Amino acid sequence: MKLLALQQSYANRRTNSFRTSSAPLDSSVDGAIKSPAALFWLLLHGLCCLISLVLGFRFSRLVFFLLFSTASNSPAATSLYEATTPFLKTTSDIAGALTFSSTPFLNLDSPANKTVTGSSSSRVVVGRHGIRIRPWPHPNPVEVMKAHRIIERVQREQRLQHGVKNPRTVIVITPTYVRTFQTLHLTGVMHSLMNVPYDLIWIVVEAGRTTKETSTLLSKSNLQTIHIGFDQRMPDSWEDRHKMETRMRLRALRVVREKKLDGIVMFADDSNMHSMELFDEIQNVKWIGAVSVGILAHSGNTDESLSSVIQKKEDEENLPMPIQGPACNSSQNLVGWHTFNSLPYVGKSAVYIDDRATVLPRKLEWAGFVLNSRLVWKEAEDKPEWVKDLDTVEEDLESALSLLKDTSVVEPLGECGRKVLLWWLRVEARADSKFPPGWIINPPLEITVPAKHTPWPDAPPELPSTEKVIGIQEHAEKRPTKTRTPRSKHSSRSKRKHEARVANTQVSARHSENK
Amino acid sequence: MRISMWVFALLLVSGFVCRVGAKGLDHSLHTERISGSAGDVLEDNPVGKLKVYIYELPSKYNKKILQKDPRCLTHMFAAEIFMHRFLLSSPVRTLNPEEADWFYTPIYPTCDLTPTGLPLPFKSPRMMRSAIQLISSNWPYWNRTEGADHFFVVPHDFGACFHYQEEKAIERGILPLLQRATLVQTFGQRNHVCLNEGSITIPPYAPPQKMQAHLIPQDTPRSIFVYFRGLFFDVNNDPEGGYYARGARAAVWENFKDNPLFDISTDHPVTYYEDMQRAVFCLCPLGWAPWSPRLVEAVIFGCIPVIIADDIVLPFADAIPWEQIGVFVAEEDVPNLDTILTSIPPEVILRKQRLLANPSMKQAMLFPQPAQPGDAFHQILNGLARKLPHDKNVFLKPGEKILNWTAGPVGDLKPW
Repeated sequence: MKLLALQQSYANRRTNSFRTSSAPLDSSVDGAIKSPAALFWLLLHGLCCLISLVLGFRFSRLVFFLLFSTASNSPAATSLYEATTPFLKTTSDIAGALTFSSTPFLNLDSPANKTVTGSSSSRVVVGRHGIRIRPWPHPNPVEVMKAHRIIERVQREQRLQHGVKNPRTVIVITPTYVRTFQTLHLTGVMHSLMNVPYDLIWIVVEAGRTTKETSTLLSKSNLQTIHIGFDQRMPDSWEDRHKMETRMRLRALRVVREKKLDGIVMFADDSNMHSMELFDEIQNVKWIGAVSVGILAHSGNTDESLSSVIQKKEDEENLPMPIQGPACNSSQNLVGWHTFNSLPYVGKSAVYIDDRATVLPRKLEWAGFVLNSRLVWKEAEDKPEWVKDLDTVEEDLESALSLLKDTSVVEPLGECGRKVLLWWLRVEARADSKFPPGWIINPPLEITVPAKHTPWPDAPPELPSTEKVIGIQEHAEKRPTKTRTPRSKHSSRSKRKHEARVANTQVSARHSENK
Repeated sequence: MRISMWVFALLLVSGFVCRVGAKGLDHSLHTERISGSAGDVLEDNPVGKLKVYIYELPSKYNKKILQKDPRCLTHMFAAEIFMHRFLLSSPVRTLNPEEADWFYTPIYPTCDLTPTGLPLPFKSPRMMRSAIQLISSNWPYWNRTEGADHFFVVPHDFGACFHYQEEKAIERGILPLLQRATLVQTFGQRNHVCLNEGSITIPPYAPPQKMQAHLIPQDTPRSIFVYFRGLFFDVNNDPEGGYYARGARAAVWENFKDNPLFDISTDHPVTYYEDMQRAVFCLCPLGWAPWSPRLVEAVIFGCIPVIIADDIVLPFADAIPWEQIGVFVAEEDVPNLDTILTSIPPEVILRKQRLLANPSMKQAMLFPQPAQPGDAFHQILNGLARKLPHDKNVFLKPGEKILNWTAGPVGDLKPW
């Protein structure tokens, strides 16, 4: 469209400028070639040509610009930051000098352009302009932070306008205890909760007693936490653990009852994974709601035959991943429950913590339920009758539904259970695994094994578990290795699986042999 | 009995007042009223304020052209066609020319398209001239005022200058025969030859259904700071650079191509409309002409327009307070664009978003079919109504002639 016309005018301008700029020089060349002035001009012309060749643009234009640019366009002169590709701002004078023959319009415009301060004239000039580039065209970190504040403010406003009106406090109940994986799990939950845009109260019930380990971890979040101790130790069998966790949760509910905390109660087990949409969705609950929980049945070190059996069974049932949650009919009413089908795992599930088999969830995990905190209060106006009083329930509840006399009142959340908003997972270290307290290595590691061909010649005999580990590794190691294995004097032992501390291919080879 | 009646009446009144008050309060949380220099006129109803007579032109001026190329209905110059259709069935139309305040000529000068869909304006002056000759010879109303109470829709790049290249357009100037008429055009730049005093600037046509089809939920958080998709350099027509967009687009690219806050590129993503709804600022720099459909898209999708075009006159500038809605950046300040945008206080940004969220603002930018109250058609009629009643000097004394029928390039005088 503009191609032909513009190219033509451009070509015109090009030839004209060349002609006019070289006109004075040419005439002098035609005259007395021998005169020193003529020679000088010739040399100058040659120099300009060479410079143009080198720089790649019409040098003469720059000269004319610098010589003849008027004050009216002095801002243009200061705007050329980038020297590599200077394009000249056409002032009326340059236009007159160089391109007069091809574009008479510029003469029409020039009376208007000459007046700088005249308010009726346009500041806008038609023609070629400089491309303004500032001296350091890169992002400024202060401004990037300011922009992020602006974005945060805009999003907060969006949430106020289109999100949940009158958001209620979220009361999160987490049973925990000190063990190797506690930091891993609890940090995950903590970071999820720190991102929740609503007010939050976190009730952490710790088995054993409240420890400094847990409280230092909790203090890293800026959340309002209630840290309670529970008088029994965490048992070793999964069955007992589930029961214990239920008791711990009831203990926390009693705290809610005593303190009359108002809000929405949800159960966040420390090894579970929560999505942010979960917290938005549970704001919709009236009294008691259920969400769909994805079950990540951890089948860690099962051998091939077992996993293939499970695979086949799963294919038969057409379930990519088991989900626990409410089941609805087409009119979005609760008609039943999807529970975990534990039949394929009969006899093959983990009984003790150390087992390498699958860890099974209960039929309906507590994590999939949310309650209005008023349900557990002693006295609350319009507290419905279908909820049992917290003091009267027995300690060993099968699931959260046992708190109710009538289970049909549960509200299905998350598009009637179609959206999976959290995932249940249980993975723990061995019962006897040890880790440095607070995950701080003090005193620092020393290299005790110099680089030699034989492994661990000077490993000091320490606690029995260390020897067991060494023994197994020595047994696996037949050929000499050129390793520099840092071994600490203190307990830097980790679970058999997690020897990744030594980032060393030989070690990992050994590790895979162990498996 | 009497007392209970009074009590009932009091309750009724108080309930009514409370409801109205609550409505106003709720309204103000999300949106803000728009009042320009002409007042709160976006929601005015022009029916009854003016009467428009539509000339009966032979179909070679409108229908036949459209039949030859139906692409004219979807490109950004389609306002001329839709305005005609709107007026044909509008209540402001009158069939009696004696009582008409404004006269409309249904001519589609921007419908001569190249194979790639760009309009060629070379025949438009002749077409316009021929149409005016027709109406001046068949009806007495043109000669009565020499076109001062006539209006024409000329949505092309530089309006009635009928050229896509600015220098040529300036050289031609507005078609001499249209000097007294009111021009309804998309082009607007202060102190420019191609913008007459009293012209009405309109937004370019953007397909309303296509934009509605790409709306995303309002609670999707706006996470992009600045968004732009389009050309920075026009290598076909401006190989050296510095000519296209007066170097402003190239400056944007050179200064901010590695800035994470600026999501700018020449891509044509499928999610263009959705991305605009996830951005806080949308750049609307000039191209070959200062106006672009990006402004309309930014307003519809609630993205604050950042207008980089010196001296531009935006659509319905007397009815819409663009300084309060958009951010204006001078072309010479483009290298400091990030500083300018990050130094805007958050309250100001929220206010701008509230103004943009006003449904009457969005309606005023659209040309929906069928027409809806408050849309661009009605704003054009409002603008025309605001120019009424006509001045005394609009009507010429008998024998007086102002227009020069032989002015302009020789090529324009050839019959069409």
